[in-house]
Amino acid sequence: MSLLEVKDLAVHFGGVKAVDGVSFKVDPGEVFAIIGPNGAGKSTIFNLISRIYEPTRGTIHFDGRNITGLKAHDIASLGIARTFQNIELFDHSTVLANLLMGRHTHRSTNFVQDILFLPKVRRAEREHRRRVEEVIEFLELEAYRKKMIAGLPYGVRKVVEIGRALAIGPKLILLDEPASGLSVEETQDVAFWIEDMRRDMGLTVLMVEHDMSLVNQVSDRVLAVANGKPLAEGTPQEVQADPHVQAAYLGTPEEDAA
Amino acid sequence: MRIVFKTSYDRDIDLHEHGWSRAKIAVLLGIMILLPFLVGEYYLAEATNTLIWALAGMGLMIAVGHTGQVSLGHAAFLSIGAYTDAALMNAGLPFLVAFPAAGLVAGLFGAVIAIPAVRMSGIYLAIATLAVFVIVEELVILLEPITGGVGGTMAPSITFFGISFDRYGALQNFYWLILGVVALVTWGYANLMRSPTGRSFLAVRDSEVSARALGINVTRTKALAFGLSSGVTGLAGALMGHYIGFFNYELFSIFISINLLLVVTIGGLGFIQGAFLGAILITGMPQLIAIMRDGLNASTGIDLGSIPGLDTMMFSVILILFIIFEPTGLYGRWLKIRTYFEIFPLARRDMFRRQKSYLKTERMK
Amino acid sequence: MELLQLMIGGLANGCIYGLVALGFVLIYKASEGVNFAQGDMMMLGAFVALGLGNSAQMGLSFWLAVPIAIVIMFGVGWGVERVVVRRIFGQPQFALVILTIAMGFVFRFVAGSIWGYTPLVLETPFAGQNLRGGGIVISVSDLITIGVTIALTLGLWAFFAFTRIGLAAQAASQNQMAAYIVGVPVMRINSIIWGLSGAVATVAGVLYATRGAIDPNIGLLGIKAFAAAVIGGLGSLPGALLGGIIIGVVEPIAGRYAPGELAIMSPYIIMLIVLVTRPGGLFAQMHAKKV
Repeated sequence: MSLLEVKDLAVHFGGVKAVDGVSFKVDPGEVFAIIGPNGAGKSTIFNLISRIYEPTRGTIHFDGRNITGLKAHDIASLGIARTFQNIELFDHSTVLANLLMGRHTHRSTNFVQDILFLPKVRRAEREHRRRVEEVIEFLELEAYRKKMIAGLPYGVRKVVEIGRALAIGPKLILLDEPASGLSVEETQDVAFWIEDMRRDMGLTVLMVEHDMSLVNQVSDRVLAVANGKPLAEGTPQEVQADPHVQAAYLGTPEEDAA
Repeated sequence: MRIVFKTSYDRDIDLHEHGWSRAKIAVLLGIMILLPFLVGEYYLAEATNTLIWALAGMGLMIAVGHTGQVSLGHAAFLSIGAYTDAALMNAGLPFLVAFPAAGLVAGLFGAVIAIPAVRMSGIYLAIATLAVFVIVEELVILLEPITGGVGGTMAPSITFFGISFDRYGALQNFYWLILGVVALVTWGYANLMRSPTGRSFLAVRDSEVSARALGINVTRTKALAFGLSSGVTGLAGALMGHYIGFFNYELFSIFISINLLLVVTIGGLGFIQGAFLGAILITGMPQLIAIMRDGLNASTGIDLGSIPGLDTMMFSVILILFIIFEPTGLYGRWLKIRTYFEIFPLARRDMFRRQKSYLKTERMK
Repeated sequence: MELLQLMIGGLANGCIYGLVALGFVLIYKASEGVNFAQGDMMMLGAFVALGLGNSAQMGLSFWLAVPIAIVIMFGVGWGVERVVVRRIFGQPQFALVILTIAMGFVFRFVAGSIWGYTPLVLETPFAGQNLRGGGIVISVSDLITIGVTIALTLGLWAFFAFTRIGLAAQAASQNQMAAYIVGVPVMRINSIIWGLSGAVATVAGVLYATRGAIDPNIGLLGIKAFAAAVIGGLGSLPGALLGGIIIGVVEPIAGRYAPGELAIMSPYIIMLIVLVTRPGGLFAQMHAKKV
């Protein structure tokens, strides 16, 4: 059974059909990439899955459960984590605090216990910290633990955001353009991490990406979208060979037809 | 620069990173406890006032500094706290019941109004709190049987376990009582900020959309933060009532709200220490101005006392200067000075330069 | 008949709230900042006109004093932006809130130092003149207030809809960075808008002063005007006027038929109801943030 199943998803903003009838399935342990030109509706699909936008029609099933009616803050505890295209970190906190915020769904204490800082809170904090340290080690963020986000280079912030998503301990991770703005070396790191997430952590990865070398390197299957509509689905090679996809990217007259 | 070797996660979880900072707090607390033996009645009363303002400042800091909710109406919660405490005590309940109840009532009221208010962002919330303030002020006048209306009401003398904590009769005891309350609240606040609840406040402050993506219920978090904020402010209000003795609605004017904002902004937003520094400034300034005014009058014959509103004017100018030149407040300035000496001579001029950010529209929320 | 009489007085009052609210909206439209000193700018404008026009002061003709006051207050608004507001560009929005509250206190102190704290009356050519008809008395100053308000609102609306500066100001408020890149002189426009809101505040102040005595604390009316702006939706000029009129009309009627405290509360209760039911005001301009 597939982990994530999106069926006939559509959202209209006013008269604009940002996403119009997109369907796809992501299997457990798979790396699935969504590609498409700017404004194709890729990020919008992410925002629909993480329930920031209300779909006009269609359904989203995760792990066999219909999540279309859930609230945005209910998604993380199901095991769906995400990153944002323009980095949405907590700028005035340290890297460590940011990663610890990713552990929110695992909190076991209420605010009264927190104010009194009962031994239970300390035990829970140790456990949160231990889990976060695993993420820090995995992403090699040791040097930045106590650094404020606001002063960090772009590339590091990008990695911290992936780290925060991993701290949730998700089954599915949504990466919104993980390589945008990164150098060739940094992009290569991201590629290795995605491989490791899948292989060592058993994660399923759904990503939106422009960098075709990254897509080719890591993804099992690719969905190409343009103008909110699906164009083609298959292996990276199949999709890139598809005439509709080539037309959408190169902008031949066929674009309008697609 | 101090290097701390950490051998366990507890070193990061503890309130103090190293024994030295723990010792400093202990010394400070020791001096505060011994203060009644060090200064006279007048300055002890002033110190009491400062502690009450620090408590109120901490209350507002939770909302403004740590959750990013600006409130222009926190005097309303001072007022609710003061009247609840006085009314319950006048009805015969002991202080030990009336005081927590005052905090609870103010906190619940804050949380209840926060639930619709959290749907609003930034500026709208500030305005809504202003409206709530005006409504509470008028309600206080309307509810004459409880509040004494325009005439005002009396906060009775505090006595428990057979000990008097009267503001005038036993000022030392009254001071220690307030010191104890402030110390407890500070401890609880510091605990909050190192726990998941405090982190969720910061998350909501810095990015609502990613807070949601991490599973944080933004509405509930904001309501909780605002409730805690108004609860602590309510406690401060109850103590303020006892400090003043006899009071009416005029004690909790809009200017008190503004002064509270001044406390947290000048003190340093987002730092518990900032509430204390701000409180020292706001209660110390009138003293300082008075001394300067007398000195000026004696030496030059210029009588500044004849100019009404000079205090407020000077507060305002200081506030403007702080916002323009040191938006991180007194505590932020202190951190910079400390870092400068810790890493001396490695500090660079632009080390603390703020990142230029451009205004993003709040209509896109 | 009594109700009608109350409503006409309320309408004129509401126009003044509306005009102060327009000042809020102007600045909000251009820079998304809120000027909490708007009420105090109104107060200062009224006093400047009074200082120029009253016979005991400089003694200029009313028709000369008011335009000069408007020009002076344009300069004050412009200067405030240049000297103070510009420096906190890029800081969080509430920094401006606190800054302008503090500036309001400074204005109040300045006015109090110059003109004192006892209420003063602005001398006008139409003081005390009334029109009567059908059992209703309408004062000329009420009529002028209503007329000027309508004209000014239309003028400002045209300014934002048709002039280059107005359009540029709107663009700047959507995204300052983008506007800056495409060549909108964001800074200069902000200065002009602040000047403009100072001028509008002066008109409001003079109209207020034609209807009663003024003292340095009338600026607190700004809070009520603020409620008006919020009821209308902070970004909307006609909304501000409508909000002002709603408050102006409800207030005296509530005062007539309910306890006085309730009348004082009424603007804020209306505002809270609007905020809860329509968080962006009656003419909302809210969209979802793009992530």
